[in-house]
Amino acid sequence: MKRSAFAAVSTIALISASAVVAEPQAEVLHWWTSGGEAKSVAVLQQEFADNGGTWTDMPVAGGGGDAAMTALRARVLSGNAPTAVQLKGPAIQEWYEEGVLADISSVAEAEGWADVLPASIAGHMKCDGSWCAAPVNVHRVDWIWANADVLESNGIAMPTTWDEFNAAAEKLAAAGVIPLAHGGQAWQDATVFEAVALGILGAEGFHKAFVELDEATLTSDAMVAVFDQMRTMRGFVDANFSGRDWNLATAMVMNGEAAFQIMGDWAKGEFMAAGKVPGEDFLCASTPGDGFLYNVDSFAMFEVDGEDKKAGQELLAELIVGPSFQEVFNLNKGSIPARTDVSLDAFDSCALLSAADMQASSENGSLLPSYAHGMALRGAQSGAITDVVTAHFNSDMSSADAVAQLAQAVANSY
Amino acid sequence: MADLAHSTPRSQSNLGRIALRWLLYILLAVFALYYLMPLFVMVTTSLKSLDEIRTGSLVALPREVTFDAWKTAWSGACTGIQCEGLQPYFWNSVLLAVPAVMISTLIGALNGYVIAQWRFKGANLIFSLMLFGCFIPFQVVLLPMARLLGMMGLAGTIPGLIFVHVIYGIGFTTLFFRNYYVTIPSELVKAAKVDGANFFRIFWSIFLPLSLPIIVVTVIWQFTQIWNDFLFGVSFSQAGTQPVTVALNNIVNSTTGVKEYNVDMAAAIIAALPTLLVYVVAGKYFIRGLTAGSVKG
Amino acid sequence: MSEWLENHLPKMVLAPSFIAVLVFVYGFIGWTAWVSLTRSKLLPRYEIHGFIQYDRLFASPRWDTAMNNLFIFGALFIVIAMVLGLLLAIMLDQKIRTEGVIRTIYLYPMALSMIVTGTAWKWILNPGLGIEATVRGWGFENFSFDWVVNPDFAIYTIVLAAVWQSSGFVMALFLAGLRSVDGEIIKAAQVDGIPTWRIYTAIIIPSMAPIFLSAFIVLAHLAIKSFDLVIALTGGGPGYATDLPATYMYAMAFSRGDIGQAASSAMIMMLVVFAIVVPYLYSELRAKTDG
Repeated sequence: MKRSAFAAVSTIALISASAVVAEPQAEVLHWWTSGGEAKSVAVLQQEFADNGGTWTDMPVAGGGGDAAMTALRARVLSGNAPTAVQLKGPAIQEWYEEGVLADISSVAEAEGWADVLPASIAGHMKCDGSWCAAPVNVHRVDWIWANADVLESNGIAMPTTWDEFNAAAEKLAAAGVIPLAHGGQAWQDATVFEAVALGILGAEGFHKAFVELDEATLTSDAMVAVFDQMRTMRGFVDANFSGRDWNLATAMVMNGEAAFQIMGDWAKGEFMAAGKVPGEDFLCASTPGDGFLYNVDSFAMFEVDGEDKKAGQELLAELIVGPSFQEVFNLNKGSIPARTDVSLDAFDSCALLSAADMQASSENGSLLPSYAHGMALRGAQSGAITDVVTAHFNSDMSSADAVAQLAQAVANSY
Repeated sequence: MADLAHSTPRSQSNLGRIALRWLLYILLAVFALYYLMPLFVMVTTSLKSLDEIRTGSLVALPREVTFDAWKTAWSGACTGIQCEGLQPYFWNSVLLAVPAVMISTLIGALNGYVIAQWRFKGANLIFSLMLFGCFIPFQVVLLPMARLLGMMGLAGTIPGLIFVHVIYGIGFTTLFFRNYYVTIPSELVKAAKVDGANFFRIFWSIFLPLSLPIIVVTVIWQFTQIWNDFLFGVSFSQAGTQPVTVALNNIVNSTTGVKEYNVDMAAAIIAALPTLLVYVVAGKYFIRGLTAGSVKG
Repeated sequence: MSEWLENHLPKMVLAPSFIAVLVFVYGFIGWTAWVSLTRSKLLPRYEIHGFIQYDRLFASPRWDTAMNNLFIFGALFIVIAMVLGLLLAIMLDQKIRTEGVIRTIYLYPMALSMIVTGTAWKWILNPGLGIEATVRGWGFENFSFDWVVNPDFAIYTIVLAAVWQSSGFVMALFLAGLRSVDGEIIKAAQVDGIPTWRIYTAIIIPSMAPIFLSAFIVLAHLAIKSFDLVIALTGGGPGYATDLPATYMYAMAFSRGDIGQAASSAMIMMLVVFAIVVPYLYSELRAKTDG
């Protein structure tokens, strides 16, 4: 009797103590559900728990985040927004305009984010001057992957211009190798397209076309040349590419059926999972042309009630950009840390190349957002462009028609 | 019953009849192959190792049979940071589907009973309004429904999901029961009324006992719809209440991770087991229930 | 009191469902109509801007493709599923010994969700992996089956998979119908020496008219709502060659943050449904009051 009374008193004491110092709580909506990615997020959850927080996991995969965005809209409209959401690119600002994002400037300023993040990436994390999202990583999109043995046995070096690429591809085709492994899904078509566009239009032209949506650039002769090159690329793809998952295309490069693939650095994860070594079994290089197309994953905090959830948001934001998580997460995921002061000793050669290129391109102004992965434009505009790109690639549409449709589709997307 | 193959002895020779019979069985077998093909691909893939899938043909028999993928799908696959497989989500789906099917079947039975047997002015109009409701694309209702669920305090809960499924099940369940009850002579109700039985008593002791076949049809239909639903499940759930289809989607549809097709296929079959079981066990009653009148106009 | 209650009880029992349908179907259609007149982007907004979304919709080549596909897909899917369903039902109704097993095989696809059967179909239809490769492996080097990668033919693969999924259900409907045809009439016809095929075309099939209508309504409902199927099988590709209105609407609403545009496409879809379903309901219910 005495003992239980004592227990009751101490329980009450505990409850009141926790009411004073709110225990951080976070429900996190994300679409990293597969093995490697999930393990990466689990690192964050572990750090969160070590700091006294309670993490509730709300994973929704599918369509590169489409399904998660569907769930997010329903949650926001029902007045039951998740604490933190995996969001990226201009979508962050779009949600901010709907008045549902929380301000995390206090954390960002205390942690000095402005000093450790490249300026153009930091720009994506700000809404009207205040910080509203925390970056996790930097994926590079304009990679070209190759099977080392296939290149060697055909006497081909990694191409540095699109003409070289075309010449190499013709040589490979003549030797009976599929030059380009590709999956015919709209987002993959767009991924190849933007790599080609960066090479042909140059960094400035790319920015004009796919960030500013400058009509003169969209209808320029250079853009016609981009579509011409896409038509050429179509000839380097095998007949059965439609609908193929990107990782099956990667497998084709791995087993020597195909020579090249143009894909973001998540493809590296597939090579690594199959026990391949970068530089020996497979090669990585940036696609022909200068510049760096980035795809930055980030988390935005939504406006929620309750001290415990607000504490959770602050803790989460702090941990996400913290150096230890940035290192461990990106080692798992194949990307590189968003903050530039993390030691890269543990990273592989492709990641080191990526980090060096990011540094260089950040300095010369060619660090650019990927349009294909929702970093450059809002959904309606990037979607309109992708419609034209994929329609052109999968039919016999002429480049001139494609350019005309491009301008029209962009105009019709508002 | 149309019993034609056996009952026209004089019109065909014996040999011709046997040939016809063979042709019939061959045709049936060919179609069975068509229906079984995807299942074959799914089952064989689920029994292969990932290495074999990477290197071999996707539509070949496994060289070495392994059940690892099944084990992983049930209790080890990552659906987020938890790697507990489909197991925990399975239970959510049961908690959601069982009450939702029961409630919507009961509502359908009562509605069908009223519309078929207690006709009043406007009943047919109400019925057609309900039927038209079957056709509304669910993508349309997501956002306003989310708003209303929030207002009712049901957002993200299993009762909320049950509510949504019951609402959008009304059309079909009412259709099934109404078409079944409309074949029962109205004299039955009149006679019962003369005997002093009231509305509910007639339903309870006359109509319900007659309804087993159509209950089976309705339960099969609703169970399939609700168990396989993804759109409502993903939109109106939150952490802890997600149904099995959402977990399945999380395993299968991650975009930038390494794809484990064997686990995907095993997970898909596991997630479909309850519905498959319902079809196999209740299939006979399904045809019987439909025969008993549900499909007659 | 009790007599009043007894008289009004049926209406009171029906009332909650009726109100629910009014709010959750018709209320929401009304809401969609309103939103289709606004410039809603990420979340719904309510300031009316006229018919701009409809102008945008009709200017979009992708929407044209989606509507065309709906008609091709809808017509082929409904006709093939019905014919095949009827054929299978007639064949299965000939005292087949293994009927239970075969029927289950035909029916089971309805139980599976398309999220993953789509992947299986994708492999089967892929020329390099599936049927084409297998048949060529048997030595028929010229065999070709590459619909899924051909923008002009890809929509037919959607039909193929959709028929696979639902024709078993239609077969069940027809089988039930065949079993409830009056055996006496058929016996009488046989005694008169009428050939078997005539008995089917002249007596049995016409007597199943209501079942055709039921099957039609179930299939039409599936055709219009087809979504998972396309996403899983082709993702709308090659290009956007297999886009359907439902996938168009979903893409606009949820991946592109263009809710006003999605609402306008939903309204056009509802119009199509209305044009198909209302005549059916009208004929159905008029027949009811006569009979």
